[in-house]
Amino acid sequence: MTSGESPVAVVREVSQRYRDVVALDNVSIAIPAGYVVGLIGPDGVGKSSLLSILAGARAIQSGQAVVLGADMADRRAREQVCPRIAYMPQGLGKNLYPDLSVRENIAFFARLFGQTRAERDWRIAELMEATALSDFADRPAKKLSGGMKQKLGLCCSLIHDPDFLILDEPTTGVDPLSRRQFWDLIDRLRARSATGMSVIVATAYMEEAERFDWLIAMNEGRILATGTPAELKAQTGGGSIEAAFVALLPQRPDGRSADMPEKSELDGSQETVIVARDLTCRFADFTAVDGVNFQIRKGEIFGFVGSNGCGKTTTMKMLTGLLPPSAGEALIFGRSMEAGNHESRSRVGYMSQAFSLYGELTVRQNLVLHARLFHLPSAEAERRIAELIDRCDLTEHIDGLAADLPLGIRQRLSLAVAIVHKPDLLILDEPTSGVDPVARNQFWRLLIELSRQDAMTIFVSTHFMNEAARCDRLSLMHEGRVLATDTPDGLIRAKGVQTLEQAFIAFLEQDAGVADPPVTLTQAKADPDPIDRPRDGQRRSAFSLRRLLAYTIREGLELVRDPIRLMFALFGTAFLMIVIGFGISTDVNNLTFAALDRDQSPESRAYLAELRGSRYFVEKPPLADYAELERRMKSGDIKASIEIPPDFGADIKRGRPAFVSAWIDGAMPFRAETIRGYLEGTHQLYLSDPAVKTTQPQAASPVNVEIRFKYNQAFDSIYAMAPSTIALLLALFPAILMALAVVREKELGSITNLYVTPVTRLEFLLGKQLPYVAVALVNFAVMYVMAIVLFRVPLKGAFLPLLVGTFVYVFTTTGFGMLISTFCRTQIAALFGTAILTVLPATQFSGMLVPVSSLSGVARVIGMGFPMTYYRPITVGTFTKGLGFADVGADILVLLVFIPVLTGLSLLMLPKQER
Amino acid sequence: MVRSLSNIFWLGTKELRSLFGDVVLIGLVIYSFTVAVISQAQSSSQELHRASIAVVDEDNSELSRRIAAAFLPPYFQRPISITQREVEPLMNSGRFTFVLDIPPNFQRDVLAGRKPSVQVNVDATAMIQAGIGSGYALQIITTEVAWFVARSEVPVQAPVNLVTRIAFNPNITTAWFEGVMGIINSVTMLAIILAGAALVREREHGTMDHLLVMPLSPFEIAMSKIWANALVIAVAVAVALYVVVRWYLQVPINGSVPLFLSGTVLYLFFATAVGLFLGTIARSMPQLGLLYILVAVPMNLLSGAMTPVESQPVWLATIMQASPSTHFVSFAQSILYRGAGLDVVWPQFLAVAGIGALVLALTLRRFRAAIAAAGA
Repeated sequence: MTSGESPVAVVREVSQRYRDVVALDNVSIAIPAGYVVGLIGPDGVGKSSLLSILAGARAIQSGQAVVLGADMADRRAREQVCPRIAYMPQGLGKNLYPDLSVRENIAFFARLFGQTRAERDWRIAELMEATALSDFADRPAKKLSGGMKQKLGLCCSLIHDPDFLILDEPTTGVDPLSRRQFWDLIDRLRARSATGMSVIVATAYMEEAERFDWLIAMNEGRILATGTPAELKAQTGGGSIEAAFVALLPQRPDGRSADMPEKSELDGSQETVIVARDLTCRFADFTAVDGVNFQIRKGEIFGFVGSNGCGKTTTMKMLTGLLPPSAGEALIFGRSMEAGNHESRSRVGYMSQAFSLYGELTVRQNLVLHARLFHLPSAEAERRIAELIDRCDLTEHIDGLAADLPLGIRQRLSLAVAIVHKPDLLILDEPTSGVDPVARNQFWRLLIELSRQDAMTIFVSTHFMNEAARCDRLSLMHEGRVLATDTPDGLIRAKGVQTLEQAFIAFLEQDAGVADPPVTLTQAKADPDPIDRPRDGQRRSAFSLRRLLAYTIREGLELVRDPIRLMFALFGTAFLMIVIGFGISTDVNNLTFAALDRDQSPESRAYLAELRGSRYFVEKPPLADYAELERRMKSGDIKASIEIPPDFGADIKRGRPAFVSAWIDGAMPFRAETIRGYLEGTHQLYLSDPAVKTTQPQAASPVNVEIRFKYNQAFDSIYAMAPSTIALLLALFPAILMALAVVREKELGSITNLYVTPVTRLEFLLGKQLPYVAVALVNFAVMYVMAIVLFRVPLKGAFLPLLVGTFVYVFTTTGFGMLISTFCRTQIAALFGTAILTVLPATQFSGMLVPVSSLSGVARVIGMGFPMTYYRPITVGTFTKGLGFADVGADILVLLVFIPVLTGLSLLMLPKQER
Repeated sequence: MVRSLSNIFWLGTKELRSLFGDVVLIGLVIYSFTVAVISQAQSSSQELHRASIAVVDEDNSELSRRIAAAFLPPYFQRPISITQREVEPLMNSGRFTFVLDIPPNFQRDVLAGRKPSVQVNVDATAMIQAGIGSGYALQIITTEVAWFVARSEVPVQAPVNLVTRIAFNPNITTAWFEGVMGIINSVTMLAIILAGAALVREREHGTMDHLLVMPLSPFEIAMSKIWANALVIAVAVAVALYVVVRWYLQVPINGSVPLFLSGTVLYLFFATAVGLFLGTIARSMPQLGLLYILVAVPMNLLSGAMTPVESQPVWLATIMQASPSTHFVSFAQSILYRGAGLDVVWPQFLAVAGIGALVLALTLRRFRAAIAAAGA
């Protein structure tokens, strides 16, 4: 133990703000080494900002942070010290990959730290044994319980034997037994570590804070106090850490006490409002709620207590009719809440777990909207809204956007919205998660008031034990089952313990049969190293193929396990190839025309016969007059009309020049041009037809123009379209998939692993790119076969240059997606950004419709800067023009230049720290 | 009934506020009706514009130079003189779409009446340009030679002459066509995305549960999203038509814009219902985006807005009759280009309304169950 020595981390005058919000306000602190330090305070007070700065995940805006002797603002120093720090960000399993198994997750982190296979194997085995995860090594992380996820997160953090462990709310939402086991595990791991690992932990559970060595209390970006738990309690005279914390808070201006509200005794009403009988809900592969029974009486506050994922929300959804039960029944006011039961539903107020207000509406607009939807008469609605604003203390926020409100006030607004129609029953799903103790007490004061004064029945779920203690009765839930239902006192008495938390743990232990087998960490440690355990991971290198492959392997596994993305990746291109190949054709045929023959002479019939013989035209019934011509042209029934004037035959006979006039539908310009060409061609045929008897000698044209359609004698558009489509789809799909892959990490939070582990940006980007290059090559193979077999477009040229060109090309298109991803924050923005920025240049400026040689100005510049401009000549060239390396080599070289440019730009745009 | 209408109205006002709060989607709307439409309209993809041409002049006579000089902008770029040996590589690389080959002694042979041949090599992989351009080349060469010969002879009038006139778009300008088709493509795209996103957004924020627990029917929730999003798009279409197409692109609109807008509203009813339907399938915004690509792209590409429906294989054209986008494009062309009235386009209106009602019914069937299940 090195406690009392130089601090593990020193923070000096650090301030951090995000737009208008000050997260850290001139914070200075020295964190002692060798301790478990607790960082306590409600949500949104800057705990996470402070921890992410210590971990090096976030760039410091002002001030200085020195961790393990390294200045975290200095990139080189940070890179040196990074492998000695471990960071578990907030949000259960946020840095984990849900589709990967336990072992794969740990192995990913091991590779990030450059560990060889041998080192990886023993470390993973040791950690899984220590955390009792060995039996679940192959289970996907998403199927783990909260407690197991937490242990897995810990394994991933400890894979490289860190000296400083940073845990951001590791136990939020986990059941009390798992929580206790987690802290025991941390203690044992510290005991085992030779260097006396320093730990800093943020937590929202004040009860937990009692067991830490040293505490930092934070509020609104400032540090309120530091010291051992005993010191803090002594300083404030509080009996518990929670009381001490509340006492440390600055005095509230409104003078409302922050104490726990008292509630009066409940009237002994026996009328039941909710009845659940053997309520069960099964999803495809697991049972979320398993035969739950309870009754809730009128006017009581009934609590549902349990960890995240234990079935609380699912039960509430079945009660409210959102989910049909798989078995059993749920009755509210004696009736089931199935769809269409409006009468019962208007007696229920519901506040769902996620913030269920419209953030883009103001406080008043939210209230008015709901009053309207419940059809309160406007005078009454106004009265009611005014009352609620006063009661829920919303006056000063009345015109603020709901999204901008602090969490505690948002919860009160949610409550106001849920009770705007004076329901008889109020269902609240974890209404206070993330709210500070003072706001929570205020919220509960409201609930008690509603229950006792307004005789509202309240059904509330929570994972906070001190909230559960305020309910009249409660059910303890675990893994879809109700373990016990009674009054809080009744539950404590039944187990003969002091607190509700202890009672819950006792019920959980009873449920598990026996307590978890003691973990045999000491054995693992006592094991003498029989072979020299390799420890290569600590070596630093500027570029590591192993770290790169860590991302490649992980991305590949994830893709294979996400059926929708995989189907899209593999068959999306094939589907669109069919659509475009069959649907888009510039061959104009089946052109409809009708004749307006005012002459009806043998000569006029001879002229029309020439048209009827053409394979391009289809004749529709003849026209009677000009009005009909106009009408049918308008309706689109005919695309062209031929009018032969009355004296046509006579003029020809007399040797006077005769005229035929044609009207062509110009709605689609290119079709009109083509029709005009066809008509003129047919006209020339008529003139040179020896059967045409004219009195004048035929004037022979003095020149013979030979039109030679090179490369595509039949002039069938599919020969150009199929290879162009390959180029188009290989530009679009790999870019979209790549952009989504990078932005997904940003959105889900696993990008933190890039910030805090030794992996470099280049390794990160290239590692993620490789699987999509592989997918793109599979796409290419499928489309290649389709072109040849389905569309019968033979490859006239050489295959090798096509393959080489494609390989280089898909690197550039994935690189393009990579570049776009660096400035997108959400997946949806990445998707549309990539689609728009790809489709426009690909269809307009890359030779797909108009040859690049015809472009000018901006269009040409965009075209020259887009990879498809150089790849389309390769596909069209090898497929249809019969070319080889000699002709397309230059294009391949240009494509090669794109790769370092796109990668370099992406590197510049991708920060190695969060800002 | 009144209750229901009031619910639909109030929910819809909330939709409008949500939509205007979403920067990405509003950006998409603005982009779709400006940049996307303009770039499509100015693409010249439907006409012969700046086609690249080279001449191998082995005659080097007055006539051969005249022929070369007759290839003029804006249809062609100025012809570049190249040698016989360069033809293959330059055409292979796509540098030139057209190469004229005028043989030695061409002028002498023409004047002697020996009817010599001029070769026009066309890169047939440049489909539209090759097709239209070869006709132009034929015309230009024939005319130029005829004029040259006519200096010494009395011109011969052909016994029968064809006068062609193009209705609705006399100069065959691409912008007239692509401008409006660009709007139509954007309508389909946005209707699906906005309505789908409106649904997925509520689910991601957890507000959908909240609505379903209130005394509201899925029909009311769906209709509120349909009217609000359709209204935004309909207004955007009207603005785009008047400002972007008529004022900025200078495209005259012959037909009745109000009739077209009524048809658009009818179509939006369908397209937003499709968006909602996809929204019930997708579990997240990215999934919605991927589904959108697989559904909306074919609907747009095959509707007749890109290439004529007549050119599709019969089986595909038949399938596409089930897609309202085909009818939408068809009546849009009838109304806006050909000035057709309701007497002409009512069958298409009916088809769009019928299919729209069917899709809406299907969506409502899925709505409640799908949403509840996905939220679990």
